[in-house]
Amino acid sequence: MNLDTVMFIVSAVVAVFGATMMIAQRNPVASVLYLILSLVAQAVCYVQLSALFLGAILVVVYAGAIMVLFVFVIMLLNLRGGEDLGRPSPIVSRFTKYVVSILLTLEIVFIIKGAPIKAMTTGLIAKIPDDFGSVEQVARLMFTDYLYPFELTGVLLLIALVGAVVVAKSRKPGDPDETPMEPDVEVKTDKAVN
Amino acid sequence: MVPISAYLILAAVLFGIGTVGVLISRNVIVMFMAIELMLNAANMVLIAFSRALSIADGHVIVFLVLTVAAAEAAVGLALIVMIYRNRETINIDRFSLLKW
Amino acid sequence: MAEYLFLVPLFPLIGFLINGLFIGRLPRPVVSAVACTTVGLSLIVAIMLFFDLRALPADARLIQQTLFTWISADIFHVNVAFMLDPLSAVMILVVSGVGFLIHVYSIGYMAHDKCFGRFFAYMNLFTFSMLTLVLADNFLLMFVGWEGVGLCSYLLIGFWYEKQSASDAGKKAFIVNRIGDFGFLVGMFIIFWQVGSLDFITVSQNAPMVFAAGGSLITIACLCLFLGATGKSAQIPLYVWLPDAMEGPTPVSALIHAATMVTAGVYMIARTNVLYMMAPDALMVVAVIGAATALFAATIGLAQNDIKRVLAYSTVSQLGYMFLACGVAAFSAGIFHLMTHAFFKALLFLGAGSVIHAMSDKQDMRDMGGLRKHLPITFVTMFIATLTISGIPGMSGFFSKDEILWKSFSSGHGHVALWVIGFVTAGLTAFYMFRLVYLTFYGEGRMDAETKKHIHESPRSMTVPLMVLAVLSVIGGLVGMPHIFGVTNYFEEWLHPVMAGHNQEAATHALASAGADTSMEWLLMLASVALVLTAIYLAWYFYRKNIAAAGSLADKLSGVKTTLVNKYYVDEFYGAVIVRPLVYFSLFLWKIFDVVIIDGFLNGVASLWHDISNALRYSQSGRVRSYVTVFTIGVIVVVAYFVFGSN
Repeated sequence: MNLDTVMFIVSAVVAVFGATMMIAQRNPVASVLYLILSLVAQAVCYVQLSALFLGAILVVVYAGAIMVLFVFVIMLLNLRGGEDLGRPSPIVSRFTKYVVSILLTLEIVFIIKGAPIKAMTTGLIAKIPDDFGSVEQVARLMFTDYLYPFELTGVLLLIALVGAVVVAKSRKPGDPDETPMEPDVEVKTDKAVN
Repeated sequence: MVPISAYLILAAVLFGIGTVGVLISRNVIVMFMAIELMLNAANMVLIAFSRALSIADGHVIVFLVLTVAAAEAAVGLALIVMIYRNRETINIDRFSLLKW
Repeated sequence: MAEYLFLVPLFPLIGFLINGLFIGRLPRPVVSAVACTTVGLSLIVAIMLFFDLRALPADARLIQQTLFTWISADIFHVNVAFMLDPLSAVMILVVSGVGFLIHVYSIGYMAHDKCFGRFFAYMNLFTFSMLTLVLADNFLLMFVGWEGVGLCSYLLIGFWYEKQSASDAGKKAFIVNRIGDFGFLVGMFIIFWQVGSLDFITVSQNAPMVFAAGGSLITIACLCLFLGATGKSAQIPLYVWLPDAMEGPTPVSALIHAATMVTAGVYMIARTNVLYMMAPDALMVVAVIGAATALFAATIGLAQNDIKRVLAYSTVSQLGYMFLACGVAAFSAGIFHLMTHAFFKALLFLGAGSVIHAMSDKQDMRDMGGLRKHLPITFVTMFIATLTISGIPGMSGFFSKDEILWKSFSSGHGHVALWVIGFVTAGLTAFYMFRLVYLTFYGEGRMDAETKKHIHESPRSMTVPLMVLAVLSVIGGLVGMPHIFGVTNYFEEWLHPVMAGHNQEAATHALASAGADTSMEWLLMLASVALVLTAIYLAWYFYRKNIAAAGSLADKLSGVKTTLVNKYYVDEFYGAVIVRPLVYFSLFLWKIFDVVIIDGFLNGVASLWHDISNALRYSQSGRVRSYVTVFTIGVIVVVAYFVFGSN
């Protein structure tokens, strides 16, 4: 029972705790905060796995930017968490969903415990180079072997940026991009919730 | 020493929780966050394996996945904003016009 | 002259095409000229061919002409080819001769009808078919003509098709004929199967070697062919269409249902006499049915009041005589009676048509009377025909009928009982024919004043054929006078080579016992004459002198009378026993089998898919979460398969 194990257990528990609380919240802002908690815990795990650069990136980009974006949107839509979200789903379908998810998890665990992966993952912490996971090493790889995907990802970000702007532009009447749909179209929700 | 498989199992559990979140939540924003959680679980697996095999390529892949996740989150949230403007609701069950 | 043989059926075909393709567009004189000329030309060619044939030596009298090969399929070969031998020479002369006279008559009779062109087109088509039938040199071509005359019979019986009873009668004729045709076909199949050819000459030559004489196969074949003959020639059991066929115009009744079409069955049996002689059981059936039909129809004719119906039943009866003759192996006697019957029956029908024409289209004899003064030519000619049919000595009918009666008594295939039936029928024939004459022409006129005003003798186009036929009825018998009169029977001699070996057998049998039986023949002849005279006296008594007595006799025998008037309820019997079950069966097949089972099955398959897709469409709920659930399940399954399954 050394530091490594303790660290791992703590960060794992926190991560799982954060994830679980995230999905159980009414208030979406609270959900975001729990997710950030979980992400930070996961970043700790990354560091334990010698992924120093990525651990930092995870916190900076994911928790720092993407989650902030979520918060922005929640604030923009003025969601309070008390919205009428309809009746709760029938027990049966909720039960089914839990079962399905658990099955999926178990399946993955089963695979992990299976022979091929075991073979791959014994010999933990083999000799690794000192700069494994450092910025320098990742950057070297990215700008030589993986240059093409890297550039494409840049283009992807540009597209996403432009797309997001266009989609979410607020439209006045007479604007040629105005959505043709009436805002108060009747939506049949008789069997909506499940 | 913590075996790699522990991290893998952790990733599996996070993935499962993410699935539950996607299936259960009626709030579309929470659903999105659950999807992000699943993506992160996949990232964890990649990191774990690149550590186990001493290959740094896994890190690069994670980097790219992170980028794509960011882009997807941006566009998805823009769409949600649009839909909210039209429908005044974020209950995903109300977005069911395209049905029988 | 063989090259001209095909012209005989060709001319009426051309007439049909011209009149048929331009119905309604040609002026009436052109239509009637085309129709009559074509038949007349056939008659002329027929006469020329007759003399040509006569010029040949007696045992080589055969002219053949093959037009083209019709079917040639491995072992099955049929040509469109015509054959002229003494038998078909007689037939084409009768068909074209009597046909020509009836065509001329029709010009006057149908003058007021609006479908003039259609009538003559059909009449020409009929003549073409009938000539093809008698000139064919093989069974299949004969069957083509057989069906053709059946078709024309349907078309012409139902000529006034707007009238329900006329179109019903046409359908009845066609359907009943089809039953007979089925028999004809089965007979043909058996013959082809055994002999390998449908050629008359080949069959006649090979049949004795292929079939066992008297065996079951040849008997069945002959009986099947005879079934066809009963259909076409209106014998028991398929005679029921002929009385209804009187719905057609009277010239049609004269041509088709008296002189020509109904004789096709007799011709067919005479043509295949070689086969029948090898099946004595079949011959006996033919004779018995012929005799029975003769008597049966004569009894019905006694009680009919429609002038054409009396003649229709008379036709059935006389056809029975012809089959009786064939059945006792006296084929040439049968054909002789066919010829004389054509003359006097056509004359009777045309005369009846003249009477109907004068009576403003009324046909009930109870409303006639005293027409002698108004229709002299019609009266005289019909009276001559009546004398002929009754068998008054000297007339043609006497010679032909008497020969049949003698042969039915004396032939090796004959029997006393057959003679008795024929004898009694002769008396009945005389009785009902003279009843017809007395009711129609004698006594006081019973028609209403309106009709009486319009009574007029028929125009020349109608009376001239009557006169010609009357002459033929009188002198036609001279060619077939029996030996005991001391002269040669030219007719029998002429047909001898066709019936070679058979008539001879009957003749030698008769001649062998000639010494003793000559007196027998005289005796029988005198007996039938005496019977006929008695019958005429009775007819005169009941219908001329003391009409009241006829009424009281009828009342005393009212049960008998009702049965006769209703034709022994045969039609009703057929309707109940055959037609209704068939109709119910068809209804069953329709309502239950077709609608419920087949349609139900097909529709059921379709609606099954409809229901399935109806059920399945609820999976498209539009709800993202259920989609994701299913998606996840799918992922589980696929991963499970790949990881755990395919190892």
